[in-house]
Amino acid sequence: MNPQAIIDGLIAGSTIGLGAIGLTLTYSILRFANFTHGDFLAWGAYLTLTVSGFLGGLLAGLGAGAPLAPFSFGWGLPVALPAGVAVTILLTLGLDRVLFGQLRQRGADAIIIVMASFGASMALRSLLEFIYSSEPQYFTRELQIAQKIGLGMRATPDQLLTIAMTALLVVLLHIVVTRTPTGRAMRAVSENPSLAGVYGVDVDHVIRVTWIIGAGLACVAGVMSGLLVQIRPYMGFDLLLPLFAAAILGGIGSIPGAMIGGLIIGLAEAFTVQLIGAEWRAAVAFVVLVLVLLVRPAGLFGRAA
Amino acid sequence: MSALTVTGFKAGYDPDLPIVKGVSFAVDTGEAIAVLGPNGAGKSTLIKAIAGQVACLGGRVMLGGDDITGLRSHDLARRGLGFVPQTDNIFTGLTIRENLQIASELVAKPQRASRIEQMFEMFPDLKSRPSELAGALSGGQRQMLAAARALLTDPPVLMLDEPSAGLSPKLVAQVFETLRRIHASGVTLILVEQNVRAALSLASRALVLVDGELAHEGPTDDLHDGDRLGRLFLGRRAGATAG
Ligand SMILES: Nc1ncnc2c1ncn2[C@@H]1O[C@H](COP(=O)(O)OP(=O)(O)OP(=O)(O)O)[C@@H](O)[C@H]1O
Ligand SMILES: [Mg+2]
Repeated sequence: MNPQAIIDGLIAGSTIGLGAIGLTLTYSILRFANFTHGDFLAWGAYLTLTVSGFLGGLLAGLGAGAPLAPFSFGWGLPVALPAGVAVTILLTLGLDRVLFGQLRQRGADAIIIVMASFGASMALRSLLEFIYSSEPQYFTRELQIAQKIGLGMRATPDQLLTIAMTALLVVLLHIVVTRTPTGRAMRAVSENPSLAGVYGVDVDHVIRVTWIIGAGLACVAGVMSGLLVQIRPYMGFDLLLPLFAAAILGGIGSIPGAMIGGLIIGLAEAFTVQLIGAEWRAAVAFVVLVLVLLVRPAGLFGRAA
Repeated sequence: MSALTVTGFKAGYDPDLPIVKGVSFAVDTGEAIAVLGPNGAGKSTLIKAIAGQVACLGGRVMLGGDDITGLRSHDLARRGLGFVPQTDNIFTGLTIRENLQIASELVAKPQRASRIEQMFEMFPDLKSRPSELAGALSGGQRQMLAAARALLTDPPVLMLDEPSAGLSPKLVAQVFETLRRIHASGVTLILVEQNVRAALSLASRALVLVDGELAHEGPTDDLHDGDRLGRLFLGRRAGATAG
């Protein structure tokens, strides 16, 4: 067995975990499985790409377009990321206003909202193909050499950066949710939204915060995936099954659970590729999902229903 | 001046099928009233709708001089209308302290910590283990936490839905002793109760709700006679002659 699978799994798992956190949050606060979440990743990547392409041109004009050693990208990407995050957030808040919020107000069943999210997901994907074409795109054309990081593993600086960034975001989010009034209000709404209103919590505000966190993390996850692999209109949709598997494995509503679930899925995929064959990679998330649902539906950190 | 005035109030879960069918009453500042009635009469629906938890289908609700008809729950809580639901009235997945902390967000920041401490003084049962999950509390302690949560914001008007439900007689006495203290401190109370004897011991006036309509309204002195109340519960015709 080659230890390289460990680092490969952690890298893939970081993206999956960040995406799964947003999914698990929207599920526990808004109470529906949001199929558009994968497309938020893709949109986040494309929106950031657009801003960074523009900035990159600008910076190149100023003679500052060179990559930020040791990474493969220049200043354009880190500066574009906050803008990409902001626009992705606006996109999700807009979608909530015109679609999900309307259905919520009418007291629509969860299944109706899930179907609406499925339709919106297809529309968002088609729109990406229409605007950007289905040709893969890249944040950078620089090639990176994987370097030895000990224990027989290799990784590129970009890959290590994504792992560090994920760890930082997860710790920050965990602090927000467990220690701040906003986090308390989120946990209250996830347990009982109408009682939260009685306690004086503005549930609409909590819903907006949830979209903001979910969309922000989705954008970062999309950019990480775009940086390490490539940017395609289907990149988010293809991640949907691993995202759901990670969220359910971790226990719906649990942020650490979603992250750990993501890492487990990433590791399971990496080991499957190494031990069985790359063609089985896509089946891993499905198998994990089915196993969890059969053996422990509440997931690792979920509370029994 | 009345603390809460309800006029021609209709409410229910289906717009075509009001459960509360046009109810009017007023509660004076500092008064304690009991809302009585048989199971399914619509007592919970009435106060849930006043608290913004069920759709208002007509009529008007005034809190002091403000029209609060159709406002959302969190707005009503902010305006000083406290409500303790009949069931699921605390967050079991949050700690006791967190339950109080959420409510304390409605209080001005400098007073938050001291208000929480005051509630712990008022309900010593909660004080001994503030970091424990509220789900670990017994039935009586849960009602205490629910009351503490509602009182923390010092609401001028407090509505409680069957605070004695499911409690042993000893705990019922304890809960009502607490309510008596709350009332004595000047809070206007609206109390839905199945436990008529306990409710009448506290309230000076009672509303009897039968099938979504007010069957009787008057001082509780009249109602200590069990037969009278029984007749009222059975049908609103009896109430119509009484009222
Ligand atoms: N969530 C709901 N959805 C639809 N109908 C409801 C709902 N809750 C209550 N009802 C109906 O409304 C009517 C009045 O119920 P409500 O709970 O207000 O009565 P109540 O007087 O509080 O009774 P109890 O003394 O048993 O608590 C009942 O016919 C009940 O079936
Ligand atoms: Mg009731």
